[in-house]
Amino acid sequence: MKMKNKADVVIIGGGVNGCSLAYQLAKRGINVVIVEKNYLSSGATGACGAGIRQQWSTKENAELAINSVKIFENLSRELGQDIEFCQGGYLVIIHDDKEMEQAEKNVSMQRSLGLKVDILGSKEINDVVSILDVKGMNAIGATFCPTDGHANPFKTTFAYADASRRNGAEIYTHTEVVDIKIDNERITGVKTDKGTIQTSVVVNAAGVHSKDIAEMIKVKLPIVPFRKEIMATERLEPLFEAMVISFKDGIYFSQQKEGQIVGGIPIPKERSGYKTTPTFAFIQHMAKTLTRYAPVLKHVNMLRHWTGFYDVTPDARPILGEVKEVKGFIQCNGFSGHGFMLSPMVTKLLTDLIVDGKTSDILESLNLERFKVKKIEREMSVVG
Amino acid sequence: MKKESIVCRCEDITEDDVIKTINEGYTDLEELRKKLRIGMGPCQGRVCIQLVTKILEKKTGKTASKIPLPTSRSPIVPVPLGTLASDENEK
Repeated sequence: MKMKNKADVVIIGGGVNGCSLAYQLAKRGINVVIVEKNYLSSGATGACGAGIRQQWSTKENAELAINSVKIFENLSRELGQDIEFCQGGYLVIIHDDKEMEQAEKNVSMQRSLGLKVDILGSKEINDVVSILDVKGMNAIGATFCPTDGHANPFKTTFAYADASRRNGAEIYTHTEVVDIKIDNERITGVKTDKGTIQTSVVVNAAGVHSKDIAEMIKVKLPIVPFRKEIMATERLEPLFEAMVISFKDGIYFSQQKEGQIVGGIPIPKERSGYKTTPTFAFIQHMAKTLTRYAPVLKHVNMLRHWTGFYDVTPDARPILGEVKEVKGFIQCNGFSGHGFMLSPMVTKLLTDLIVDGKTSDILESLNLERFKVKKIEREMSVVG
Repeated sequence: MKKESIVCRCEDITEDDVIKTINEGYTDLEELRKKLRIGMGPCQGRVCIQLVTKILEKKTGKTASKIPLPTSRSPIVPVPLGTLASDENEK
């Protein structure tokens, strides 16, 4: 495909956020292109755990997620392709009084936003997921939100990409950004290894590589890469519908539509960096914890395990919106492991910003500027 | 090959499915894998990947030897979680 030499908006990164944003912009008549250095969903999107959760500790994340679920609910129809969205709920295991205290706080905030979420006693856990060993998990309770769930990240990304192309967007894969052009602190273009595109708006949706992209024009993003590992088992008959997670143990697992159980856990002594090699430490730690949570799974085969990155910020919340230093340089990164589930609403807010110049409280509070003040509120509800 | 030829036995994908997806613009082995789940079943691509590479060569003109293979994923062969969870110190 011959590359355009001019566009209204250039999105860097063909993950779920880049493709969703391209779709929404194209639908509004914006001349938009995506530049992706590898193939679509080749980064964190394609490696992710597929979960869609509304149970958060910070209000911004909860709001983004609640609104995202509303969009996910109609997305297969809207895009004309099945994204395998399934609402089996999220069961968040509570292990001690301190966690229970935090859970009560979270649930009351989540309920104030209109979310249906309950605190369950330990005896009610098996009503939701029958294969769990309450004693083995050291569970004293759980929170459960029935409208949480999961979807297929590949199919979602490809469906967004196809829909954005139908609306006139162009997508250049295997095309790498080598420089960003600025003049008088305004974006003027993007130089790639296949040619230069003139533009006044660049969206940095490059996941863990967003930091390097911003570095090209001397914007510093406080993003640290963490290698995360995840595994899939063989396909099974439907066993359970909910995603099971624990903030204390860091484990999460669910059964996908095709029948495989997909899940992850941080390896002991995890360190930041760009390493992508999978470890045996993960396999062992995951197998031990998973069979402690659900002993019957010891008979199930693990098929494969892979790695992906979390682009982690100091408060585990995304960096969104235009940076102060450069006009037209918009961030859509730093998702800290939650980019897939927040993508529908995040990209809607960014579309409103780019097309109508309309900002919002959420965009303001998740701007890069927040790291310049001393106190930031950290998202506590993180797994994997 | 007949149109009904099964390319991927684990996920029940036919030659026709592969050709249709290539025609939709998915010409990367990794993209095809994510679109069709080829290579994600118990055989981990031992059966299908070579066949899909051949189809890709025929359809796109890319040289088979230059098409990058998907990453191989441990544990390579299916292993029960119970075995992986067992500690070498335990008898």
